[in-house]
Amino acid sequence: MTADLDEPIESAEHAARTSSSSSPTFGVGIESPRVTRTKRTISYGVLTFFALIYLGPFLLSIATSFKTSAGSLASPLSPIPNPVSTAAWKELLGFADSVVDIRLGRWTLNSIIITSCVTVGRVGLASMAGYSLARLSFPGRKLVLGLILGVMMVPGVVLLIPRFLILKELDIRNTYMGMIFPLLVDCAAIYLMKQNFEALPISVEEAARIDGASTFRIFRSIVLPMARPSLIAVTVLSVQGAWNEFTMFLVATDKPELKTLTLGLAQFQGGLGSGSNYPLLLGAALLTTLPIIVVFFTFQRYFTGDAAAGSDK
Amino acid sequence: MARPMSTLQLIHLNKTYENGYEAVPGLDLGIDDGEFLVLVGPSGCGKSTVLRMVAGLEDVTSGDMLIDRVRVNDYSPQQRDIAMVFQNYALYPNMTVGENIAFAMKLRKVDKTTMDAKVKEVADLLELTAVVNRKPGQLSGGQRQRVAMGRAIVREPKLFLMDEPLSNLDAKLRVQTRGEISRLQRRLGITTMYVTHDQVEAMTMGDRVAVLRRGHLMQCASPQQLYHAPQNLFVAQFIGSPSMNVVRATVIDAGHAPALAIGTQTLALDDAACARLPGLRSMIGRDVAVGIRPEGLGKDGTGSLDVDVELVEMLGAELLVHASIEARSVKQTDDGVETGTDGRSMIVASLDTRNMVKVAERITLSVDTRQIHIFDLSTGGAIGLDVDR
Repeated sequence: MTADLDEPIESAEHAARTSSSSSPTFGVGIESPRVTRTKRTISYGVLTFFALIYLGPFLLSIATSFKTSAGSLASPLSPIPNPVSTAAWKELLGFADSVVDIRLGRWTLNSIIITSCVTVGRVGLASMAGYSLARLSFPGRKLVLGLILGVMMVPGVVLLIPRFLILKELDIRNTYMGMIFPLLVDCAAIYLMKQNFEALPISVEEAARIDGASTFRIFRSIVLPMARPSLIAVTVLSVQGAWNEFTMFLVATDKPELKTLTLGLAQFQGGLGSGSNYPLLLGAALLTTLPIIVVFFTFQRYFTGDAAAGSDK
Repeated sequence: MARPMSTLQLIHLNKTYENGYEAVPGLDLGIDDGEFLVLVGPSGCGKSTVLRMVAGLEDVTSGDMLIDRVRVNDYSPQQRDIAMVFQNYALYPNMTVGENIAFAMKLRKVDKTTMDAKVKEVADLLELTAVVNRKPGQLSGGQRQRVAMGRAIVREPKLFLMDEPLSNLDAKLRVQTRGEISRLQRRLGITTMYVTHDQVEAMTMGDRVAVLRRGHLMQCASPQQLYHAPQNLFVAQFIGSPSMNVVRATVIDAGHAPALAIGTQTLALDDAACARLPGLRSMIGRDVAVGIRPEGLGKDGTGSLDVDVELVEMLGAELLVHASIEARSVKQTDDGVETGTDGRSMIVASLDTRNMVKVAERITLSVDTRQIHIFDLSTGGAIGLDVDR
């Protein structure tokens, strides 16, 4: 964006340097520095406005978590806590008594276990399924692809009851397996990987076949490294999806020791005396968001990398 | 490196796709041990399909493919012991140059010492030693092309297959690499099948050149034979740049020898031309296509033709004169031999640069009748050379 904005300025400056110093005339299509500066100011203004719209609720959450319960009700939209209070954070982190049952450590551990398993499973299964749909020829391939696309069209909430019944029948409700298993396969991730594999140069795989590599070896040693940006995208989306999953866990467990952060957070809204405790609620919400932010910023730079660079031409 | 002996035979090779499209109707072709055979033809002629069938990347619909007299139709690519250089190089982007070259050996579980020694040998041979630890993304186009070559060489295969390996290089590098590949192939002596659509590449690199058109083999011969004795109009016009001038003419009796009536002009044939085209005498009164290469015009010759100059191109070593002549043009199309409806056609003459030729001038071009070619107007086949074929 910056480069785009800078470019006309350079052109204008170049035009100004090359034109006669006494005459402020510019070539056709070249704007004066003043016009360009105004345009840039407007552009940044618009960008800042939209950035604030997106960041506003997040900043308000931070501010509210440092308000008193009464203060949050008195001035809910104030970005500055007055008075500043750390009561909610003390309660959350166990340094003060709370009216709700806060087991942050346990919930975090459960969220980490489930998110890790779901992510590993999703990335592994989505990449293998995506590759087979993109490159392998087998009977019923189009039908499988059609089914996957069909499942993507079905709203998740529709599947809640069938999932509940299946988990109950399999007797894996209220177990980690029951919470992980239904989330292991993600049709959108399979489709994303398939599309990505199809975009990779097939000649590289053919070269590996001629070199003597098996299909799985080609997949593991050649294709997966080339699909790195998509793998990272699926990883981030899986982490985010599993970490923030709520309804599925609500169906899969009612055991307090299997609660994840999202389930734990939900009880703040419905728990005794916590219905209006916004500092506590938003503080907990912030805590659950932090790992996602860390994951996103860690992998962000890999999203745009071209892992297949140099394979052709 | 020890060189394995190998030959390739394609017998009635056919490739028909599921939608019924017949890419290769039935190809018969053989490559001798150590030979460099170039498959050339326009886009869509089936040359890459043939190469991919030989590589095992495309199934053969029918026919036989023999490598060293062993039928390999049902062999997997790795079982065929071939190496292929792809048009886009197809390097493994996540591996270094050294790892790219060593990958096939690694799969065959060659011990590390031998592997390192071979990688070094190939890197030295291709002047890649300095970049052996770099990844393909950090290399220039020419270096990537050499890595692709190195990956093929290190296998010591029975057959080299090359699918337009120079098409992504700029013009200067292409000429340089063309020579390098030719020298390397001669040095290693590995039987090679090379696919290109560039007839200059084909003519300069191949021991023999096979010209394909819509999956049919039009002619397979040495570059000299292709150029001087094309068996049909397609080969005549495809090989050579600028291509052969072909116009419609009628064989007439000029008394002591046959002559050619081209438009309102008559091209007399001398004894040497008649000796080269003995079948011409039996074709008196017949309409034919007459072909002559640009260098057969304007120099020493017994015949002559009047033309109107339309464009003059000074190329340094030669002067190309584009001129129109009162005659109907003839060209080979997908539907057969097509004669122009316009009474005038364009011809190109390659003249000595000392000639002073001006645009819009009417000039008389001498014709070296020993270099003329006669083709049948219905089949496009060369005629008159021997008995009427």
